[in-house]
Amino acid sequence: MSTTTAEVREEHLSKEELEKLAHPKRPLRQRVGVVMSYVGMAAIVLYCIIPFYWMIVSSLRLPGEGRSTEFIPSPVSLQNYQAVFSPVNNFGRSVINSVIVAGATTILVLLFGIVGAYALARLKFTGKGGVLWLIMACSMFPLVVLLPPLLKMFSSTEPFTWFPYWINTYQSVIIPGLSFGLPLAVWNLTAFFKQLPVELEQAAMVDGCTPGVAFRKVILPLAAPGIFTTAIIVFIGAWNEFLLALTFLQDKNMQTATVAISKFTGTTGFDTPYGSIMAAGVVVTVPLLVAVLIFQRRIVSGLTAGGVK
Amino acid sequence: MATATAEPRSLPATEGDGHKHKKNALSDGQGRLAWMLLAPTLIIIAVVAGIPVGLSIREAFFQTNAGVDPTTGLIAAGEQFVGLQNFTAVFSGANPVTGSYGTMDRFWNAFLNTTFLTIVCVILETIIGVAMALIMAKAFRGRGLVRAGILVPWAIPTIVSALMWKLIFDEQGVMNRILGTQILWLADSGASFWAIVIADTWKTAAFIGLLTLAGLGTIPAEVYEAAKVDGASTWQQFVRITLPMVKPTLIVAVLFRTLDTLRMFDLPYGMIGPGKYRVETLSIFSYQEATQTRYGPAAAYAIVLFVYVLLVAFLFVRILGADVIGDADVKKKKKKKGDDEPAGPPATALEMAGGAH
Repeated sequence: MSTTTAEVREEHLSKEELEKLAHPKRPLRQRVGVVMSYVGMAAIVLYCIIPFYWMIVSSLRLPGEGRSTEFIPSPVSLQNYQAVFSPVNNFGRSVINSVIVAGATTILVLLFGIVGAYALARLKFTGKGGVLWLIMACSMFPLVVLLPPLLKMFSSTEPFTWFPYWINTYQSVIIPGLSFGLPLAVWNLTAFFKQLPVELEQAAMVDGCTPGVAFRKVILPLAAPGIFTTAIIVFIGAWNEFLLALTFLQDKNMQTATVAISKFTGTTGFDTPYGSIMAAGVVVTVPLLVAVLIFQRRIVSGLTAGGVK
Repeated sequence: MATATAEPRSLPATEGDGHKHKKNALSDGQGRLAWMLLAPTLIIIAVVAGIPVGLSIREAFFQTNAGVDPTTGLIAAGEQFVGLQNFTAVFSGANPVTGSYGTMDRFWNAFLNTTFLTIVCVILETIIGVAMALIMAKAFRGRGLVRAGILVPWAIPTIVSALMWKLIFDEQGVMNRILGTQILWLADSGASFWAIVIADTWKTAAFIGLLTLAGLGTIPAEVYEAAKVDGASTWQQFVRITLPMVKPTLIVAVLFRTLDTLRMFDLPYGMIGPGKYRVETLSIFSYQEATQTRYGPAAAYAIVLFVYVLLVAFLFVRILGADVIGDADVKKKKKKKGDDEPAGPPATALEMAGGAH
């Protein structure tokens, strides 16, 4: 009805009035609300991005202008990036070390975490609450508690003279790193497995599969996205780890990228080489950011799994 | 689909086993299977966390020998049992430093720094995080963009963000330029505290936001409609509906942020440096003692931090009723929520905890 009347009247309407009909006027309150929500969203994005923008801008200045406060670098220079990869800083090696440490941690954590998480998500057994508490507590305790005994152990001092000298080895960071990686993975994967309908396994078991086979052939392929997300989250956690690496990796050839950046001396003078530090920071962060942005939907749903259905 | 394709291949291999479980394949022998599957995880946790924590507790009652042994004339090696000496030493005031709270033992200075940093950071993060969640919940379009933006601070390594903020807070840096001030943010001053608060809030507020947003999504729209019909104002809706209904999620988020901030290390270490008493946290103090081979005191301080963290967690769970585990199989739920829901929020919180390291 209303459309026909509008069509009929159309000829008599001015351009302005037509415009009004095409975009019906919302109540003022609502329009203010829409504008405010856009302003708010812009504020959030700026809040998150601006400091990072400063890091990028500072990395693109000339090496001597590390502390410049110009909002746009002039001239734009990649010299800081060259400095980062100059042999003096040994940064390339550090990045490789980080890849090895974070990669190994992720693989080990997934290997053990997947089966454990499946048990927690699906099986009923006594003591489950205790296990959940244990895993939770484990992810929460301060990492620094591990340092005194491990430092003693890994440097084979009394009374651990029987222990191999592990300072400056990958395993000295990978193995203690499991203490935060494994609970993280188990918790995250448990939430993912719980989201998959239990009927899938029930159907498989009715058809004669054991729970183990049902898990391997039915659940695992379906949980692949969840496993992948968990892998990214654990990898980022291990990649960003600082305290363990700082303590146990003292040799320049063994240290990870995060430690290397914190110890940057640059090629020139005593002044903090902010330019190359920022460049190194960008190098270390950008691969993570790319991965995070590509899989952002998955990661956020991984992080808030179960909260929103 | 996957079930259908999987069956034929799996059948022959497992026929025998399958028969055994046929009576009640869903519950028979689950306990044994569960423990078998969990064994690797539990063993690893015991080895990489349990044993070191145990050793750390032992360590706290010992001290490394130093100096020359008077009986043999050799440089002393090994360690000796000192009882509670590592703990009681903090009351003797043998190691006084001057921080923001006057001159006191270095331990108490670090303890107060840790406590106040945590309180201030968590309050700010919660306020900003909830505000972010409310904005995002109202969003019509562009949620993806905001989500992408929010993940940026999370993905940046904490130590890199520490150095980034160090540059921003430099004496001649951009923060002073924008504010038109000459504040010595990094010079171990009172301003250093706030520099760290700002840096920490920037990195982690978004995660309280994401978690709260997830919590907001579970509030049914009908509740708001009913409130509107009854003439409730926006503020009343927020205080009477939104906050109470998002409270369980929010408490878990705040708990995990609190525990994570209590063990803060990277930010003060990277921004201000070690041995700066205005911002020295217990983690940094313990780390420094450990690297200077004073393992006994280092372990004692770490244990105190551990107990502190446990105490805070306990209080959250007991007094505020934080639903940390959130597993329907484990405990009877009093809430009217769906059964499969509870696993969600804690997962987020744990992620935050891990991600924010």
